[in-house]
Amino acid sequence: MPSRLMPRSHEAWLLVVVLLLCILLSILSPAFLTFRNAQDLITTNAFTAILAAGLLVVLVSGGIDISFTATATVAQYLAFTVANAYDVGWLGIVAIVSGVGISLGLLNAVLIQILRIPSIIATLATLNVYYGLLIFVTRGDYIYALPQWFNSGIELFAFRDGDGNYFSLNLQILATVLVFAATWLILRYMRLGRQITAFGGNREAARRLGLPILKLQCFVYGWMGFCAGIASLVQAQLAQSIAPTVLVGRELDVLAAVVLGGASLMGGVGTVLGTILGLALVAILQNGLILAGFSSYWSGFATGLVIVVAVCATAYRTNRAEALVK
Amino acid sequence: MIGRPGFPAGPGRGGFGLNTGLLAVLLGLIVLFSLLAGSDFLSLRTVSAFAFQLPELGILSLAMMVAMLSGGLNLSVIALANLCALTMGSLLTVLPAGESGLPWLAAVVASVAAGFVVAAIVGLVTGYIIAYIGVSPILATLGMMTLLSGISVGMTRGNIVSGFPDAIVFFGNGTVVGIPVPLLIFIACVVPVAILLTRSPFGLSVTMIGSNQRATHYSGVDTRRALVKLYVLSSLLACLAGFVMMARFNSANASYGESYLLVTVLACVLGGADPYGGFARTSGLVLALVILQVISSAFNLLGFNPFFAIAIWGLILIATTALRAVAGGNLRLIDWRLFR
Amino acid sequence: MDDLDFDVHAGEVHCLLGENGSGKSTLVKIICGVERPEPGGEIVIEGRPEPYLTAARAAAHGIQVIYQDLSLFPNLTVAENIAADLMAHGGLLVDRQGMRVAAEAAMARIGIALDLDRKVGDLPIAQRQLVAICRALAANGRLLIMDEPTASLTRHEVDALLNLVHQLKSEGVSIIFVTHRLDEVLQVAERVTVLRDGRRLGTLEKGQIEKSVLSELMTGRQFHYAAPRADFSSLDPVLTVSHLSRAGEYEDIGFDLRPGEVLAITGLLGSGRTEVALSLFGMTKPDSGQIAVNGRPVRFRSNRDAIAEGIAYVPEDRLSMGLVLPQPIASNVILTVLDWLRNWTGLFKTAERDALVARWIGHLSIKAPDVGAPVRTLSGGNQQRLVLAKWLARGPRVLILDSPTVGVDISAKDGIYRIVADMLAEGVAVILISDEIAEALHHSHRVLVMRQGRIVSAHVSAETGEHELSEIVHA
Repeated sequence: MPSRLMPRSHEAWLLVVVLLLCILLSILSPAFLTFRNAQDLITTNAFTAILAAGLLVVLVSGGIDISFTATATVAQYLAFTVANAYDVGWLGIVAIVSGVGISLGLLNAVLIQILRIPSIIATLATLNVYYGLLIFVTRGDYIYALPQWFNSGIELFAFRDGDGNYFSLNLQILATVLVFAATWLILRYMRLGRQITAFGGNREAARRLGLPILKLQCFVYGWMGFCAGIASLVQAQLAQSIAPTVLVGRELDVLAAVVLGGASLMGGVGTVLGTILGLALVAILQNGLILAGFSSYWSGFATGLVIVVAVCATAYRTNRAEALVK
Repeated sequence: MIGRPGFPAGPGRGGFGLNTGLLAVLLGLIVLFSLLAGSDFLSLRTVSAFAFQLPELGILSLAMMVAMLSGGLNLSVIALANLCALTMGSLLTVLPAGESGLPWLAAVVASVAAGFVVAAIVGLVTGYIIAYIGVSPILATLGMMTLLSGISVGMTRGNIVSGFPDAIVFFGNGTVVGIPVPLLIFIACVVPVAILLTRSPFGLSVTMIGSNQRATHYSGVDTRRALVKLYVLSSLLACLAGFVMMARFNSANASYGESYLLVTVLACVLGGADPYGGFARTSGLVLALVILQVISSAFNLLGFNPFFAIAIWGLILIATTALRAVAGGNLRLIDWRLFR
Repeated sequence: MDDLDFDVHAGEVHCLLGENGSGKSTLVKIICGVERPEPGGEIVIEGRPEPYLTAARAAAHGIQVIYQDLSLFPNLTVAENIAADLMAHGGLLVDRQGMRVAAEAAMARIGIALDLDRKVGDLPIAQRQLVAICRALAANGRLLIMDEPTASLTRHEVDALLNLVHQLKSEGVSIIFVTHRLDEVLQVAERVTVLRDGRRLGTLEKGQIEKSVLSELMTGRQFHYAAPRADFSSLDPVLTVSHLSRAGEYEDIGFDLRPGEVLAITGLLGSGRTEVALSLFGMTKPDSGQIAVNGRPVRFRSNRDAIAEGIAYVPEDRLSMGLVLPQPIASNVILTVLDWLRNWTGLFKTAERDALVARWIGHLSIKAPDVGAPVRTLSGGNQQRLVLAKWLARGPRVLILDSPTVGVDISAKDGIYRIVADMLAEGVAVILISDEIAEALHHSHRVLVMRQGRIVSAHVSAETGEHELSEIVHA
């Protein structure tokens, strides 16, 4: 019998691990538990985090998407090509990246739901199509000069502390918080989100119940596309330039974080809290190892080890639970 | 060698029909590109370049395909190929240069063997995690991918290891009676793997596991052992691909060929592999690989951006998958596999 | 389906009886609006005619289906499943409070109180079924169609369900009860419609419902069951089980089994009968006790050890655990004998493999145009025979059949028992596990009754009555 003190849910386990890691790191390095470090941590991981929020919804619906890095690349390239030619402003640029992201996401939904191509194949194909066509058209040229107003970014509630450290609520943090809050509201409180969860849990039952499946699929992949668009904006602001070849290839990092957070590839299972903790685990581990004086070359190894151990532990617990039920 | 375990394929069930479809696409492309690019397209130079480029992707795809047949994926193939290449490469570069003779040769062979030992160990661990602990293959190999490339980066600090004996470089760049050695290596993998998968009890077990692991286990097949063997096989193939890459570039690095990963999945699916397991054909894979390579070679010759070829690959994948569903009357309303 | 008439009165329990492929499911699909009838047909609901129904219109008329697979969402809570209608329709936000109220109201109607916040996937199967029934009631169901609702329930649970059916009827709810189990029909039906080959063979009123009449109508044949009588005491046992125990599953199990003999093990679901079988097949390890084959003690580390000793096990869920449906027929036949067909290179002995496939396909007269075709292209009856064929190919000494006729119609049942009879004649011993008393009794030489993990009594089949055995099982 499991003890009363043992965490039950996946999220509780993750929370314990993340907290232990935080305690350990704050002992090892005084620089870890500071406002400054927290701000840096979120800012540098905002791109992955926003994509993870979108992918969470896809996994909950029982699908998968690996085309989002290509979607993000196309969105930012188009947006800044326009922004460098016309004065579109913040609203305009957000509209362009969202519009492009949602359109490309909808195209995925059409392939999946109307042509009945399995989501992994469809999005693998569109990853190549979106990315290939973009590089073909742009010849892979970077955009170095972004509009000045964009490069300076957004800074709300900026202040300086006693040591002269500068803090603000920047674009990255703002976007991450908003996207996660929206995803949480959708999955938990909106009828649409519950329908998506139900659909991911039992597709045939959802069909018999008369849920609007095409609409659900369109929303799911559209939301993923929207998140890809926003993530691309956040990344461009951080990098201060557009490099069309750097984003593609990071799909699996995002997938790893979401899965670490407890989302199931079989659909129907996954929470925003879990995803945040999964992201936090990877981010804090990498950041902490460097702060604690380990070479950054070994951070991939540490991440891999954590993923392998986590998926093994989860599988072990699930199998044991099943054996007990039997 | 083609088709399911030596039994005739049923009508409309793919075997024959699928490969004819791919063959038709291939012939169409060859005719099209010959018209567009003239005699250059079928010149010896093009074909030779083609034959040097195909094997790396080919062997990696084969490593991916065997895992897909069992209903899994092996996302760690490229990370493993690089780790093995680095293992072999690091050992080879510490050998004294310019020597020859039996002891030296033995040291070279031992260095290469070390890479395969690493691959076998990684295959055992991956297989154990999947078969005995019960982690889904995507997650297990995703973790292994990160872990292995982490080891490679950590060991080399991201640097390139290069400068190998001529004997090694020969395996990547030499020819035997005019045939590129990498192509010979590829053929030497494909044929035995095809025979193993279609004509052996092991191949049949893996195929059945891919469709229904539980029923296969109840029938008395040691499914877990078969899966471990399968991931060892996949890992050894990945190592061989790493060896060929190392020999061809005369260097090894932690991040070579990373963009190939999803291309290997694409090649397998185009070749008729079912991403949910139970169906995959080496003959289809070879045809798919040739199609992909023909497109990139031709685009290269026509002066198109190579990325245009990538886009075309994606379009072909969508088209063939959709057509296959229509032709097989397989427009499924429900994806039953989600209810397992 | 051809020119079929069917009617249901308000507040009536109407049984729909028929073999697989008789048109039951097509009729159900038309009534609930999943499929449309050909023009010319007509559906009259409360006096108003409609050419066909859509799923939405059927629901609006209060027609609700309780599917055999229950069609629930395992990852959602009890409340969300019962009040699924409020998830399918409504405003932008989900009305959690409304859902709870609706779910509680539906549960109150049938007098149950499940934890509203529990995930349905964590509930036992009988409670899931109650959730499905509550969902139909919460959606204002006035005509409930229950499709094989008792397939995975224990006897007690079946009785509870049948009581519930009576209760719903008294509240004015009409029920179409689709089944192939005759004893259930006798218990609940007010009228019975029997279908065969897409036609209505007849509708019987309450007074006319009799088992032999129904069975004959369903199949067009009359079956006579009689327990075989034979004395095996002169033979040496092929399987001896003594004092076998496994914590939480079964305790102190002991019996002998002789060649050509059928030993039935009956008992309620959860009595430990399947658990004993799984240990005999090497899938689980007993904590103590002994299994001996031909007098020689054996120890199974896995089911491969048991198979090597000549023990074969046909699981209850044959279509998902017994066969690999998407793969070729031939591959399924040879799956149990792969070790015999491997030559020194590790490849197949091709000639032997092909001969073996041809032999068993022919022997069992499985009608297959092509042994390379996937198993799922075979008819249901042929699939059932194929499960036996793959174990016959192994030449077992002991065949364990777990509920061999669950979900099988009468003529396919007959086919299965004919094959079993052939095997007995060749000296194979059979352990028959079944919770259908009649089946256990009529097809065995001896019957063991299990309750709470123990054998409570042993009977000679030919000397035991159905009623007597039923009393002991349900005691």
